[in-house]
Amino acid sequence: MSNIDPILLLSAIIIVSTPILLAAIGELVVERAGVLNLGVEGMMITGAVCGFVVATMTGLPWLGFAGAALGGALLSMIFGILTQLFLSNQVATGLALTLFGLGLSAVLGQGYIGVKGPVVPDLHLPVLREIPFLGPVLFRHDAMVYIALLIVLGVWLFLNRTRMGRVLRAVGENHDAAHALGYKVVRVRLLAIAFGGACAGLGGAYLSLVRVPQWTEGMTAGAGWIALAIVVFAGWRPGRLVLGAWLFGGATALQLALQASGGVQIPIEYLQMAPYLATILVLVILRAGRAPGSLGRPFHASS
Amino acid sequence: MIRLERRPEPSRVWTFATPFVAVALTMLAGGLMFALMGKDPVEAIRTIFWDPLFGDFASYSRPQLLVKAGPLILIAIGLSLGFRAGIWNIGAEGQYILGAIFAAATGLAFYPSETWLVFPAMIVAGALGGILWAMIPAFLRVRFGTNEVLVSLMLVYVAEALLASMALGLLRNPEGMGFPGSRNLAQYPSAANLDLIPGTGLHWGVALALITVIVGQVVMTRHQLGFRVRLAGQSPRAAVFGGVNPGWLVVVCMGISGGLAGLAGMFEVAGPAGRLGIDFNVGYGFTAIIVAFLGRLNPIGILLAGLLMALTYIGGELAQLQMNLPLAAIQMFQGMLLFFLLAIDVLTNFSFRYGRRAVA
Repeated sequence: MSNIDPILLLSAIIIVSTPILLAAIGELVVERAGVLNLGVEGMMITGAVCGFVVATMTGLPWLGFAGAALGGALLSMIFGILTQLFLSNQVATGLALTLFGLGLSAVLGQGYIGVKGPVVPDLHLPVLREIPFLGPVLFRHDAMVYIALLIVLGVWLFLNRTRMGRVLRAVGENHDAAHALGYKVVRVRLLAIAFGGACAGLGGAYLSLVRVPQWTEGMTAGAGWIALAIVVFAGWRPGRLVLGAWLFGGATALQLALQASGGVQIPIEYLQMAPYLATILVLVILRAGRAPGSLGRPFHASS
Repeated sequence: MIRLERRPEPSRVWTFATPFVAVALTMLAGGLMFALMGKDPVEAIRTIFWDPLFGDFASYSRPQLLVKAGPLILIAIGLSLGFRAGIWNIGAEGQYILGAIFAAATGLAFYPSETWLVFPAMIVAGALGGILWAMIPAFLRVRFGTNEVLVSLMLVYVAEALLASMALGLLRNPEGMGFPGSRNLAQYPSAANLDLIPGTGLHWGVALALITVIVGQVVMTRHQLGFRVRLAGQSPRAAVFGGVNPGWLVVVCMGISGGLAGLAGMFEVAGPAGRLGIDFNVGYGFTAIIVAFLGRLNPIGILLAGLLMALTYIGGELAQLQMNLPLAAIQMFQGMLLFFLLAIDVLTNFSFRYGRRAVA
C-alpha cells in the first residue's frame, strides 16, 4: 500500500470517472424525460469506435469527439424511433441496442485494432496547474474532463432553471398530463434520447482516445451499465451524479493502483471485480430520491 | 394521415407472423449491410442460412446446430418465464459461467475415480451454481428493492473475473504445462457429456432442452405458476390482489432461469467445450435474450428461435471462413433481428388507420 502515490491516485480517479460521468449525465436526462434506455453500453462503444476512427483518420482528437457524439446520437435514434413511434418495450429495445452496438463497433473498428491514435493534449491552465497537490490532481487534465463537468452543470441549470427543463420533467413525471397540457411528449423524448446518445458517445470516445487510449473490441467492459447504476444511485439528480462517478472512479483507480503496486497478495482477477461489486454495494446501501413517475412506460396518445 | 389505434386484444395473426416478417426483413437489411461491406449479399445470406444445413460441409455443421441451440433454448426458456412477469434477469451469462465452474469443480474433485455418481453430482452442482448466482439479484431486489437488471449484469463481469481466476488458479490442469484452463472433462469418462447418438450433436443438455420446452409449455398453459407469471406481467396490482406474492415470484423466476442457465453451463463444460478456460463463455446468455423475444416468450417459439439463432452462429463462422466476413457482423445481424421484431410487434397491439379520427 505504501508505494501508492496519492496525487497519482486522485488524478486517476478524475480520469477514470469522466467517461462514466458523461454517459450517466446523458442517461439522467433521458430518464428524467421518462424513458429508460438500457442501450448506454452499446452507444458508448459505438462512440468509442467512431471517435477513434475519426480522430485517427483526421489526426484531430476534437473532431473525433464530435464524430463520437454524432455516432452515439444516430444510434440512439434507432432506440428512439422504436420506442417512441413503434411503442416497443423499452427494456428489450435497450438491450437490443447494446447487442447491436457491440457488433457494429467491432465491424467498424476492424482495421483499427492495435493502431495508435492521436494524443489528446492536456489543457494548459496557466496558474492553477502550478498549485501544489491540487494542481496535478485537478488542473492538469485534458479539456474533456472540464467539459464533462460543464455539461453536468448545464444539465442542472436546464432542469431546474429553464422552462424547457420543466417541460421535460413534466413529460417524465406524468406523460398523460403533459400531453393534456399540450406538450409534445414524443418530440421532447426523442430530443432527450438523442442527447443521451451523444453524451454516451462522448464517454466512449474518452475511453478510446484518452483513458486507454486504443481501440479494442468490447473495451467499454460494462462502463455503460455502471453509468446506468450511477443514475439510480444519484436519485436522478445531477449533483449526486458527480459524487457517484467519483466513488466508482475511486474503486477502479484504487484497484488499478493496487495491481500496479504489486504490494498486495490478492490475485488480479479479484481486484478486477472491485468496481462491479462496489457498484452493486452502492446500489444497495445508498439510494436517494424517487424515479420519474412515467419512467419506462410507453406513451400513446389514445384517450 | 396515418395513425395507430390500439387493438382491443392483441392480434393473433400478427403474434405468429411477426417473427417471420422480422427474419425476412433482417435478411434484406443484412444483405444491404453485407453489400456495403463489399461482399456479395446473396452469397452471404446463402452461406449463413443455407450452407450449414445443405452445403458442402453440412455433415460437420448439422450436429453443431443442436450443440449451439441446446444452451440457447435452455437459457431462453428460463428467461422467458421472468420476462413475462416483468422480472429482468439479464445476467444469464454469469449464471451460465457459475454453473460451469461449480460443475467442473465437482467433476475435477472426483478425478480420476470411475463412479457413475460423478455426472449426476455435476448436474446438481451446475444447477446450484446458477441458482446461487441468480439469488443475489433476486434477494437484493426483494429485500432492498435494488434493480435486478443492473445487479445481474454487474455479476456477469464478476463471474468472468472469477472464471479467469479459476482457469489460472484453483482449477488449472496440473498436467497442463502451465497453460491456463482445466483438465479436459470430455476425456474423463465419468464426467463427459457425450453425444447420446454419436455424430448428431444430441448430448444430454440438448435432450434436457427439449424436455424443458415441453415442461415449459405445460407450466405456462396448465400450471398455477404459469398463470401467476402471466397475471403479474399483465397487471402487477391485480396479481397482488389475486394472492401472488411479488417477492416469491421474483425468487422463483430468477431461481428457475438461473438454474437452467447453470445447467447449460454444466453441459457445455462437460461436453462440447470440455475445458474450463478463460474464454469459456461465448455470449449464449446474451443471445438467449434475443431467442426468448424472437420466440415470443413461448416455449415452442423459443425452440424454433433457438435453432434459427444457432444457424446464424454456424453460418456466421462459415461466412468468416469462406467470405472473410467479420464474426462481429453476425452479432450485428442478430441485434438487427431483434430491432425488426420489436418494430413490427407494434402491429400485434395496434392497427394502422388512415385518414382523420372520426368524431365520436
